[in-house]
Amino acid sequence: MSPDEPRPPASGATDTDLVPDIAVATAAGLIQRPPLLVEAMGDVAADEEGTSLWKGALQRLIRNPSAIIGAAIVAAFVLVAIFAPVLAPYEPAGSQWIREITPYSLPPFSPEHPLGLDPFGSDLVTQLIFGARQSLIIGVVSTLLGLVGGAILGGLAGGFGGWVDLVVMRLVDILLSIPSLLLAVSVAAVMGRQPLAIMLAIAAAQVPVFARLLRGSMLAESRKDYVLASVSLGLRRRTITMSHVLPNSLGPVLVQATLSLATAIIEVAALSYLGLGDPDPAVAEWGRMLVKAQDRLQSAPHLTLLPGLCIAITALGFTLLGEALREALDPKSRR
Amino acid sequence: MVDTDDLLVVEGLEVHFPIRSGVVVDRTVGHVKAVDGVDLRVPRGRTYGLVGESGCGKSTLGRALLRLEQPTAGTVTLDGVDVTRLKGEPLRRLRRRMQMVFQDPLASLDPRQSVQSLMIEPLRVHEPRPAAELVARAAEMLELVGMPRSALAKYPHEFSGGQRQRIGIARAMILNPELVIADEPVSALDVSVQAQVINLLEKLQQEFGLTYIVIAHDLAVVRHISDRVGVMYLGRIVEEADSDRLYAQPLHPYTIALMSAIPIPDPEVEDSRERILLRGDLPSPANPPSGCRFHTRCPYRQPTRCDDEVPRLRVIPGRPGHRVSCHYAEQILDGAVQPAASLVIEAAAG
Repeated sequence: MSPDEPRPPASGATDTDLVPDIAVATAAGLIQRPPLLVEAMGDVAADEEGTSLWKGALQRLIRNPSAIIGAAIVAAFVLVAIFAPVLAPYEPAGSQWIREITPYSLPPFSPEHPLGLDPFGSDLVTQLIFGARQSLIIGVVSTLLGLVGGAILGGLAGGFGGWVDLVVMRLVDILLSIPSLLLAVSVAAVMGRQPLAIMLAIAAAQVPVFARLLRGSMLAESRKDYVLASVSLGLRRRTITMSHVLPNSLGPVLVQATLSLATAIIEVAALSYLGLGDPDPAVAEWGRMLVKAQDRLQSAPHLTLLPGLCIAITALGFTLLGEALREALDPKSRR
Repeated sequence: MVDTDDLLVVEGLEVHFPIRSGVVVDRTVGHVKAVDGVDLRVPRGRTYGLVGESGCGKSTLGRALLRLEQPTAGTVTLDGVDVTRLKGEPLRRLRRRMQMVFQDPLASLDPRQSVQSLMIEPLRVHEPRPAAELVARAAEMLELVGMPRSALAKYPHEFSGGQRQRIGIARAMILNPELVIADEPVSALDVSVQAQVINLLEKLQQEFGLTYIVIAHDLAVVRHISDRVGVMYLGRIVEEADSDRLYAQPLHPYTIALMSAIPIPDPEVEDSRERILLRGDLPSPANPPSGCRFHTRCPYRQPTRCDDEVPRLRVIPGRPGHRVSCHYAEQILDGAVQPAASLVIEAAAG
């Protein structure tokens, strides 16, 4: 039999041995439903386009209230960060009202300064709004760096296996054995206090998490039947890894990235708090605002509470979104 | 048995998995002998059925035939090409000639890809052509298995089990393979759908002259679809014969016990039939019993010879093509050796 021989089209309707499933028969127009039934069932044939897993996950995400709340917080945070110059009433870190500050008291709230001034004579609202920028940039960039670094390492280990896996994962184990804050502090200490160093420091702490997650997920996926099926169809190993194993392994990594954003924002603040943050005093940063207001905790607690609240709410937003994403992508919550 | 038209010739195939243990350095402490010396021949255009209980190595054998599992010894020859020696590109190109249909169609289709991309993917690798042609071919193949063209835009999880298995079959057949190994192709499906899928497989076989190896634990399915049947026990084929002959007169005690477990759809016959019970579980394939591997559970076991001497798979005189690996096959056939009475359940009372 030659491979190019044209095949006669199958006629499932006339072949009595081969009774197609009812759904198939209906879709193919082999079964005519009475008009009332069609009306009651809705137009099945209109549902031509399939629902991919990502699309299905998105639909489940939209139905989840905690996802909506998380997304709203995240969206507000991102918008505030982007439009900070428009939203903020004054220039950040201007210290324009430094004369009104005394070591023992701050001026009361006023219509010009609804939350008052910070200890350096800048408007607190302005500082908080610009603080979102710093958190967003550092949080997103460091998580992205960590994700890319971890994905490359994990992808190499999971994709190649064997000795590559062994070498890469021992490296990751070494990285993982260092406490993440200590690792971040060391990187920041070695590279000096500059924004890139902070991002790298936070990213370095996240690399092992992403690497292990992706590798584990790829190893689990590559034992599944569809990979075996791909091998038996004669697909190249590269194709199997890149277009089957990897896309199926990304779900947990994406969830982790969303959750890591929350951690990264907290770590930015923690590093600033420890004095390893951006040295430029003109840059508003929530973590540093916490430190600087520390000695006025009794006289003006709102100076510490408000930046702390901003950090907590933003982190909560990302966590809610991440958890909802996990639920939406979880195969067990499907169907 | 010299037949020049054997598509698949398997000789002395073994698949042993090492058992490793050790804290720092892995040591091999033994082997699981999943497949332990299998010979078989499948003529072109025929169907070979493999039956056996769970864990007997039939799935591993199927995978080893397709080189999805690396055999530790023996040869698999597909149309004169030794599959076990091939590597890299030649092996990858040969794969289009032999395909597999899996048990669980949901697990064997990538959940993130649409049916269209699943269907054209093998074509794209083996015969690159414009995308439109590939899609047309995929649609044609789907129609051939009784699925509408609109299925192309959908995803595997949107179909029923039977529909998914049709897609799995279409995907395996799209490369025009010569040999198709179906590993429990219907056992995950509803009984009502099983018949449809079996009939589909038969229809495709007639249309394209395919050669099948059907692995199943369902004796009725195997009987229906197979020309020749091999019974596996603990990594070896213990009996092999043409389907009708095997089902009419099984000779190996294991096969006899299996057949006696098939219910007969006639209450009167059913009430009076004898059933032979198999005691215990399948022994560990890491440490198979000495002599005949079945002697630990065999109702016909005779002193010493069964425990000490490994029976060869031999043709029984007067029954051409019927191979049995039992020392006492002839005696069982003429009734000289009877099963131990304690293991036979006589007709149920009433």
